Amino acid sequence: MNRLRAWFLAPSWAVMLALFLAPLAIILAYSFLTRGTYGGISLPWTTESYQRLADPIYLTILWRSFWIAGVSTVFCLMLGFPLALFISRSGKRKDLYLSLVMLPFWTSFLVRTYAWMFLLRDTGLINTLLEKLGLIHGPMPLLYNDGAVILGLVYGYLPFMVLPLYATLERLDRNLLEASADLGARPWATLMHVMVPLCASGIRAGAILVFIPCLGAYLTPDLLGGGKSVMIGNLIQNQFTTARDWPFGSAVSLALMAVVMLLLAALVRRNDEGLL
Amino acid sequence: MKRGGVGLSVYALAAFLFLHLPLLILAAFSFNASRFTVWQGFSLRWYAAALQDSQLIDASWNSLIIAAVATVVSTIIGTLCAYGLWKRRAPVLTGSLYLSLVTPEIVTGISLLAFYQWIFRFLRVQLGMHTVILAHISFSIAYVVIVVMARLRTVDAQLEEAALDLGANEWQAFRYVTLPVILPGVIAAALLAFTVSFDDYVITSLVAGVDSETLPMVIYAIARRGVNPVVNAISALIVVGFGGLILISERLRTR
Repeated sequence: MNRLRAWFLAPSWAVMLALFLAPLAIILAYSFLTRGTYGGISLPWTTESYQRLADPIYLTILWRSFWIAGVSTVFCLMLGFPLALFISRSGKRKDLYLSLVMLPFWTSFLVRTYAWMFLLRDTGLINTLLEKLGLIHGPMPLLYNDGAVILGLVYGYLPFMVLPLYATLERLDRNLLEASADLGARPWATLMHVMVPLCASGIRAGAILVFIPCLGAYLTPDLLGGGKSVMIGNLIQNQFTTARDWPFGSAVSLALMAVVMLLLAALVRRNDEGLL
Repeated sequence: MKRGGVGLSVYALAAFLFLHLPLLILAAFSFNASRFTVWQGFSLRWYAAALQDSQLIDASWNSLIIAAVATVVSTIIGTLCAYGLWKRRAPVLTGSLYLSLVTPEIVTGISLLAFYQWIFRFLRVQLGMHTVILAHISFSIAYVVIVVMARLRTVDAQLEEAALDLGANEWQAFRYVTLPVILPGVIAAALLAFTVSFDDYVITSLVAGVDSETLPMVIYAIARRGVNPVVNAISALIVVGFGGLILISERLRTR
């Protein structure tokens, strides 16, 4: 029985080894090499690229990425929790509402980002409407700033927050909420002291699923931040294209991977559902 | 509780509008006669312009070919993998599949680029359709495995044991007993792989060559220069196409 099963695994092993693990090993090696004269890499082995991560310019970018990803995650949680609660209480229409949450997620991420460019730019719909209504004179700078990036990330990853929250709220014993109310807790106290702790696994899962892609975001800061709002992803891309400093780009990539894995190790519990 | 219920419903409506309105507005303005964001009547001129743009058409074909090949290959490999993992644990493989899911796209992209460039030292090949297809196969497999695995968890393993007891060999048991049961999951996984592949920009743009520009790459290049109604038209087509595929996929997954 097991012999054939092992063969079933062979092709995926081959693909993962050749096209995922080997490439990671390559950039691990590159991160300890020196930048070549014309780009590329050369000897000697060094840890210089990692030391450069401590440079204030790069620390600012790292810090900004954490900040933007963190704020986006918090917004997703605040926006997503009531929505998940609503869906978990909507009886027969649950599936419909869940599909409505998921549908934009599976339509092109690029198109959804472009949609916000269309709305936010100087001659975009929001500015045009406000000007027509006489509320503003001259366009408001809505696009190409951190706010636009955060909006794009929240819009993009909200479904990732709603699904695990829904999964835990769905299983929540409503009697506990009633008990809390009967014992005199106000709705806010019930929310904070009963609901949130009982949904901890869903909140953790949602936070991970949102924070990780936000931290490594490339497309959103590039299109909605317009190059002004540089995040780790843009820094990495830049090192491999314009700056042609592959060792440093590799070191930043691995630092990002390390952060992602530390977050997963710290936050994922063995019994967490809805995640993975 | 009642009052909270109304508030929650109003909130949910606002949240659904937030999720869907931007795309609906984008699609609506693809029918605008004017180039500017002022409604000047219904027109199909941007669709006509999109269909006459040879760069867009070429890029769409590239995207379709890449997504089709990557989908077929990753669905076969991923389904076999999910089946293999069904009872036989392989922690390292499972770990790498999950790792490939959480790895930021930009890291996947540059590591593949570095890897390809390293390989090219020994082989006389260049970046092109083949490197893009290989990259897409690699990042789609994990999605396929997860969707097919979810389906396999609902399958009664005794069915296959019965088939084996009745004289089927392992391959026959898989082919004639388990595969038909998980087929909706496999098709759902394929549709998911197709959309993930068709939509990818970050990884593709790093490993594409001169002959393998994809639709997202063209859209991205136009979007960076600013807003263009032709992109609205293509976007509307993509949204409708993807939406349709995903609705089919969801139907199959939950059937």
